[in-house]
Amino acid sequence: MKILALVDCNNFYVSCERVFDPSLRNRPAVVLSNNDGCVIARSQEAKDVGVPMGAPAFKYKVFFEKHGVSVFSSNYALYGDMSQRVVNTLATFAPSMEVYSIDESFLEFGGHDLNNLESIGHEMRNKVLKWTGIPVSVGFGPTKTLAKAANRFAKKESWTNGVFGLCDLDKNDKFLEKIPVSDLWGIGRKTGKKLIDRKITTARLFKNLPDLWIKENLTITGLHTALELRGISCFSLENSPPPKKTIVTSRSFGKPISTLQELEESVAAYMTRAAEKLRRQQSLTGGIMIFLATNPHNSLPQYSNSTTKMFPVATDYTPDLITAALNGIKSIYRPGYKFKKTGVVLLDLVHKHNRQANLLELADSESKVKKNKLMKILDAANTRFGKGTLNYASEGINQPWQMTRNHKSPDYTTCWAEIPKIK
Amino acid sequence: MNNIRDSGFFLPEINSEMMLPFYLSEVAAGFPSPADDYIDKKMDLNEHLIRNPTATFFVRAYGDSMQDANIQSGDILIVDRALDAANNSIVIAVFNGELTVKRLKQAGNKLFLMPENKDFPKLEVTEDTSFEIWGVVTYIIHKASL
Repeated sequence: MKILALVDCNNFYVSCERVFDPSLRNRPAVVLSNNDGCVIARSQEAKDVGVPMGAPAFKYKVFFEKHGVSVFSSNYALYGDMSQRVVNTLATFAPSMEVYSIDESFLEFGGHDLNNLESIGHEMRNKVLKWTGIPVSVGFGPTKTLAKAANRFAKKESWTNGVFGLCDLDKNDKFLEKIPVSDLWGIGRKTGKKLIDRKITTARLFKNLPDLWIKENLTITGLHTALELRGISCFSLENSPPPKKTIVTSRSFGKPISTLQELEESVAAYMTRAAEKLRRQQSLTGGIMIFLATNPHNSLPQYSNSTTKMFPVATDYTPDLITAALNGIKSIYRPGYKFKKTGVVLLDLVHKHNRQANLLELADSESKVKKNKLMKILDAANTRFGKGTLNYASEGINQPWQMTRNHKSPDYTTCWAEIPKIK
Repeated sequence: MNNIRDSGFFLPEINSEMMLPFYLSEVAAGFPSPADDYIDKKMDLNEHLIRNPTATFFVRAYGDSMQDANIQSGDILIVDRALDAANNSIVIAVFNGELTVKRLKQAGNKLFLMPENKDFPKLEVTEDTSFEIWGVVTYIIHKASL
């Protein structure tokens, strides 16, 4: 018998900001999406004063001021580092775990541990809070779906003290009755609506539907969810997801861009980032796709396009990738439009040391060694001295296309110049 | 195939680096260098200064309130959140919503955050203060000259 725990960080992005700025505690605070677009994380106090999820920042400016809501641009350097710390802390509790998202992990417990899950849950909460400053909630269940459902109670009901289990199948019904079907893990908005229209409003009602009906109306995924609610495991712990098959770097601009030069700079910069990711996971790319698009949400003339270029030999060499990207953007650029977004996609990734060799590269092995060396030095410098220490000239210097992040907190944990200053 | 992959058996660890000792003597037939027996691994400051990387944070001190404890403005402090603060520990604490570095002092049933500079007042932790230990300072990194 195995029991899974879902450990979920409470209001994760806001909690990260609070670790280094305690004046934010017990006060409303929100974090905005890229380009300071809309609210993607809220403290409990922000929820209480009535900030909805997804609220557009520009519309709520006055509201934020009136209610004293602190506003932050998303700081992924900080959130990523803190997430890693939470994961490392949790890893001391169970031999198998799956990092499900930046703020959620599944852990697997068996044997002796099953007799004192509740105390393990509280230990996990205390240790993560002490070591990292991040509050978490813990839900236990024999399946992922039940662990996730249990976590909902741990998070929302204060009597649970942040730890709750749905491990006793005979007693689960009275709790499943309280969960709206549309809040279940794996039930999307459309499916949820379909079920509610048929008066199947709670997790309990859904669980007890006939298998055949579920399979016919909601496909096999829906049936898996129902089986998991009954305690039959359908989703296993994925210990090590295989490396990504594609890498995408794309962002919306802070302001619309019309000149080719600015587009070229942005594409070169995205390609540089993507190539860094590529080398970090020890892969080579077989080709690239470049795309650009105007903003579909205005009445200006619209244009979007993309182009793909495949390489004769898979590569991770940034200069070659940038050259291809610049040729690509040139070929699809049209003057007279206000562009909102460009991006690069690395396609057909292969593992660097485990792939089909090619006659062309054998002839070229000396320059390959040099290229490898150069990329290593570049990545080392940028890791040590901060992102963008060594840049390609084609990335531009002023970078007017950069994301708007007017409210970003310091990179407290990843940059020497920005560590917290304490009196 | 998937099961084999999931089991993790055949996945090489590709992200870690291993430091290998660098042998100074040439490999040659004949007698080995007598120094070879004494080669140890490279010294890593992290190993010496950081016991628990997951719970360790760096902060920069500013101001003079701790100057008699050898903390000068601009010094980098290594802070370990995993440690429990004891009487006389130098701590980072949250005091009324602000982070501060002070020495923790217990006197009878009273608790104080003590500056190490007679020009600064001591802070008493009472029922009305919001107070919390943020972490324990384990090392002070001070640049020898500017």
